[in-house]
Amino acid sequence: MAAQDLVWLGVAAGLVGLGVYGVLVAGHLLRKLLALNLLGTAVFLLMVVLGRRGAATPDPVSQAMVLTGIVVAVSATAFGLALMLALYRRSGEAALDDEAGAPDGDGRD
Amino acid sequence: MTGWPALPLLLVLLSLATALAVFLAGEARQRLRTTLNLAAALAKLGLVALLLRAVAAGETFQWRMPLLPGLDLVLKVDSLTLLFTTLSAVLWLLTTIYAIGYLERSPGRARFFGFFSLCVAATMGIATAGNLFTFFVFYELLTLATWPLVVHRGTQASFAGGRSYLCHTLFGSSLFLAGLVWLHALVGSQDFIAGGELGDVLSGNEAAQRGIFVLLLAGMGVKAALLPLHGWLPKAMVAPAPVSALLHAVAVVKAGAFGIVRLVYDVYGSERVQALGLGHWLAALAAATILYGSLMALRQADLKKRLAWSTVSQVSYIALGAAIAGPLATIGGLVHLVHQGLMKITLFFCAGLYAELLGSKRIDQLDGVGRVMPWTSLAFTVTALGMIGVPPMAGFVSKWYLGTGAVAAGQSWVVGVLVASTLLNAAYFLPVLGRIWFRPPPDAWPAPTRPGRWARAAMLLPALATALAALLAGLLAGLELSPLGWVKLIVAREYGG
Amino acid sequence: MAATELLPLWVLVPLLAAALAACLPARRAGQLALAVQLAALASWPLLAAAFADRGPLTVSLAGLAPPLAIRLYLDGIGLLLLGLVATVTTAASLHALATPGRAALRPAFWPAWLVLLAGLHTVVLSFDLFNMYVGLELLTLAAVALVASAGTVAALAAAMRYLLLAMLGSLAWLAGVAMIHAGTGSLDLELAGAALAPGGWVSVALALMLAGLLLKAAVFPLHGWLPLAHGAAPGAVSAVLSALVVKAALLLVWRVQLWLGPAGGADAAGPLLAALGGAAILWGSLSAYRQDRLKQVVAFSTVAQLGYLLLVLAMPSAVAWQGTTLHLLAHGLAKAAMFLAAANLVRRAGDPRLAALAGSDAAAPVSVFAFALAGVSLVGLPPSGGFLAKWLLLQGAWQAGAWWLVALLLAGSLLAAAYLFRTLAALLAHRDGAGQARAGLPVPRIAELAALALALGAIVLGFAAAPILDLAALPAGPGGAP
Repeated sequence: MAAQDLVWLGVAAGLVGLGVYGVLVAGHLLRKLLALNLLGTAVFLLMVVLGRRGAATPDPVSQAMVLTGIVVAVSATAFGLALMLALYRRSGEAALDDEAGAPDGDGRD
Repeated sequence: MTGWPALPLLLVLLSLATALAVFLAGEARQRLRTTLNLAAALAKLGLVALLLRAVAAGETFQWRMPLLPGLDLVLKVDSLTLLFTTLSAVLWLLTTIYAIGYLERSPGRARFFGFFSLCVAATMGIATAGNLFTFFVFYELLTLATWPLVVHRGTQASFAGGRSYLCHTLFGSSLFLAGLVWLHALVGSQDFIAGGELGDVLSGNEAAQRGIFVLLLAGMGVKAALLPLHGWLPKAMVAPAPVSALLHAVAVVKAGAFGIVRLVYDVYGSERVQALGLGHWLAALAAATILYGSLMALRQADLKKRLAWSTVSQVSYIALGAAIAGPLATIGGLVHLVHQGLMKITLFFCAGLYAELLGSKRIDQLDGVGRVMPWTSLAFTVTALGMIGVPPMAGFVSKWYLGTGAVAAGQSWVVGVLVASTLLNAAYFLPVLGRIWFRPPPDAWPAPTRPGRWARAAMLLPALATALAALLAGLLAGLELSPLGWVKLIVAREYGG
Repeated sequence: MAATELLPLWVLVPLLAAALAACLPARRAGQLALAVQLAALASWPLLAAAFADRGPLTVSLAGLAPPLAIRLYLDGIGLLLLGLVATVTTAASLHALATPGRAALRPAFWPAWLVLLAGLHTVVLSFDLFNMYVGLELLTLAAVALVASAGTVAALAAAMRYLLLAMLGSLAWLAGVAMIHAGTGSLDLELAGAALAPGGWVSVALALMLAGLLLKAAVFPLHGWLPLAHGAAPGAVSAVLSALVVKAALLLVWRVQLWLGPAGGADAAGPLLAALGGAAILWGSLSAYRQDRLKQVVAFSTVAQLGYLLLVLAMPSAVAWQGTTLHLLAHGLAKAAMFLAAANLVRRAGDPRLAALAGSDAAAPVSVFAFALAGVSLVGLPPSGGFLAKWLLLQGAWQAGAWWLVALLLAGSLLAAAYLFRTLAALLAHRDGAGQARAGLPVPRIAELAALALALGAIVLGFAAAPILDLAALPAGPGGAP
């Protein structure tokens, strides 16, 4: 594997770490969503780098997967933002309670 | 294996269909419910009579349905089945009549009678089960169907009783299931067969034979209230009187005892149980339960509690009979299945009558009831004397065969247990009889009620009928169609007659 | 027969219907969804017949041959899952149509419902790692939207938590898939499995994929989001989530273990996964016992019951696979029935707390009966599908000499009995203060019958298991079962 690839892999690994940390630890939901996107980017980077596998022409399947992945990530982010807004409108907060916390509503439908 | 293989299935489905119909009929349609209940109970009685004739002539019936490869649901009718089904069918009819009177004005009757029928369906399944797996299926169904009856009143106390009942029975069924899985892993499914053949299939592996026996026995011992698994029975006394009567005489307790009988005679075979050295242990356990139950009965001030502990003691006679080698003790044990059922149900009917009409639940509230409720008291007296074993009552017949059987098997210590138990029985029943007949009645009863004439009759007549049946079972024990006569037939077949 | 060619329709029709439903008013959209599900239910026997005839069905999309083609694949367990999906979604959508509440009247509800259906079908039929990813994403986004449709703060928060964790899981899966693809040059389960050479990176890839799936399947200790989401969602949605959605992720766990695992240390992972399953059974049951809201009890019960589906990985024998398959079906029917019945009871009483549900047997007897019947199967009491499943699993454990599994299975039943009978006792208790007014709404008959039908299905499964297991036994994976 080329040294260049190793650099990219290192970058991807670093982004994964940041992303996971952000999703789990960040308080504000916007930060969590951004962290999720960071994580997504890291995975896509990993896919592109692995897809090269030293060959001159990149693997089209990897590229297609990354494109699809980006579409999914964008729609999930949009959906997450909408959800966050709805939650903010109802509860006045854009954060989740403590992990162990019980739901504050009553769960009736 | 001739004709009509579906007859055993019909026996089960009849009660099951009744249960469904009663649930569907709903709470309000009382007349329809009563008709359904009585018609089904009578139809069942007719069916049983039909089967009795055929089986006496040497026929057996078998119905089989594969559930999984190597796993069949088997229902069959043999002479042992009929001993239990006849008892259940007769007592079901009488208990239904009693319950109609007893619950005249209480809520939730659709639920009560629905589960009541379901309970009988499960009992029929247990009686007709043709292998251990089928037995287990209905055994569990019985647990489920009984729980709503135990907690029927919906009070804190009844839920506590129900919880204790479930804890015990589900723990027992786990052990049962473990034993069953072990057995199936080793030899696959084994049908019940007179004389048993597990020992031959599993010869050489005595550790497994013993282990499986202990697990299965524990599973059945819970319902049969064998020491130390008896704890639920006195607590389940919170149930309404007809439920207690059914629980003690036919359904739950007897299902356990019947299971022990099947296990000893039709899975292992009596000789194999003795050869494995398990008979002594079972006999010792049964004897300990007999004495402990009687001692505890002596200490109860509540009439139903005293009767409950008496059941703990009396049902173990059946296990004792199964544990002692030889046909005589077997006869004693098996016939007690019927005798105890007839006697104990009468006692519970009477206890329910006292509690319902006078509000007398404790024994010290029974002073002089013989003067206001002479018929009820007469029924109570006759069966209490039978329980003690006064000749020529039914209880005496059981004890006589158990004693002579034990002596024949060289286990004379059992006679000592029987004598001690008889003395204890007398000690906890005679004072009650003394209060009933020889003390003056109090100025006022605890909580007298005046139910309608029909309700009174519906409660009193079943009590008189079962008392009479218990009396006749002893007096006419020599007849061929008496319980004793039928048991002799079973034993002749069981011991390779 | 055309059954093979029709396989893609199972994915395409719900997707097209979803697009159509987005243009219709809510009520019409619901009827459209119902029609789609009924069509699936009706065509399932055709599929089953073709399968019984020819064994596992494969179809290449776009007419290409492997290795370029994207394949759809139907094995025994997939077939049974399709049947389960059709049955449960039909009953649940009848329930949602009968008691729409606020949720099922939202314009997004039915399109999301149909996307969920498409996602389920995609996951079941996929034989391609990336297709599975797409299916999982459809499933997740639709499921989150459905949870949020309840509209309460609790539901929105639960949906948000669900979305974040599920996306985390998806990305872990995707990273693992990328590594597998880079190593083997293939995404096809069979081709990739054959090309995999044992090695450290394979284990890392599989670990990533499995971790992602376990998060989505809410396997202990990654289950935290499930009771919140399933508890807060509308009743019909909870039923579908608990009965089907988590199972889809578990199906992929099995597929990965069986097709790719042999090269990546499945021997080590199997017992570990089974141990997690065991912990789930114990922890989920104990938690269920401590809940004071009806739907939370049922949701924690799902956490526990999912554990049973992993035990097989520590004792891979034919009997254990049969038991697992049957458990999958029995739990799907029983749990869906239970959630529908619970929704009915809560609606009737107007209060989700157990203490407020006393006297439910008089208010909604059919729902209580359905709840109890479903409970019988969940505890594994005879006669029921749950009992036969437990029986087969016990047999498998005993034959494998895995005593800890035998003890676990028995203990699991006792714990399930403990929390379910506690719940039933609360439902049957007499109501204090008889004059207390009920704030609840009447429950339409259809909603009660939907619950009852599913519960009866779980019981009937106890008598119809043999032919079903015959279907499942037609082999698939390289190692035998699924």
